[in-house]
Amino acid sequence: MIPVIRIQAEDFDLNAEVAALTGGRADIGAIVTFAGLCRDEGGRLTALELEHYPGMAEAEIGRVAAEAANRWPLSGLVAIHRHGMIKPGEQIVLVVAASAHRRAAFEAAEFMMDYLKTRAPFWKREHLVDGSTGSWVEAKGEDDKAAERWS
Amino acid sequence: MTMTETLTETRTRTLKLVYFAWVRERIGLAEEKVELPAETRTIADLVRWLKTRGEGYEAAFDNEAIVRAAIDHSHVKPDAVIADASEIAFFPPMTGG
Repeated sequence: MIPVIRIQAEDFDLNAEVAALTGGRADIGAIVTFAGLCRDEGGRLTALELEHYPGMAEAEIGRVAAEAANRWPLSGLVAIHRHGMIKPGEQIVLVVAASAHRRAAFEAAEFMMDYLKTRAPFWKREHLVDGSTGSWVEAKGEDDKAAERWS
Repeated sequence: MTMTETLTETRTRTLKLVYFAWVRERIGLAEEKVELPAETRTIADLVRWLKTRGEGYEAAFDNEAIVRAAIDHSHVKPDAVIADASEIAFFPPMTGG
């Protein structure tokens, strides 16, 4: 199983990614997908700007994916993370985990997201409706806790 | 101590530093090449030395405990030894996903 990892500015198509993963196969019994979207935070935001560390972003998500593949019997794994300006309602991140049975797929998808949040080198900055650039989003302690439960 | 060891310990090294998000903004640079002083052995040593280089660096590392570091694209702790790293990054806690 070779995980698919992509860091890109352009949008992605969840259904196309699932189709690419399952096409021509009959061994997959469970697909769990997670898509993370940009919120407008009650009408405050016009966009989220995502800065990333090229090279390390791919490497780190690759390490997280390899760890997931080690822990669960996966038939396929996709992780796509966008960077640049993303408008409310648009997609930011996608995880697709496939396995013979549901538990591995559910757990691997959740593990991927918990680790992406705390280990993948991405930083969000708010752009506000008045045209100004807001502050950098602060990391949440609850995200660290979510990641810790896997260790 | 042999002559070779003496030379190894006193040489300076050129290192690429990269900064992200508010660390980048406070320092005012996205990346730079620095000549590392010979006594700079760990990430914590490097931070201590960077803080002597101006207000921007001081502001970026004001709360040292919060700034994260990576050596050659891998997360490391402050006590990590720099050794023959080629690229070291400093950045705030990550907020992707």
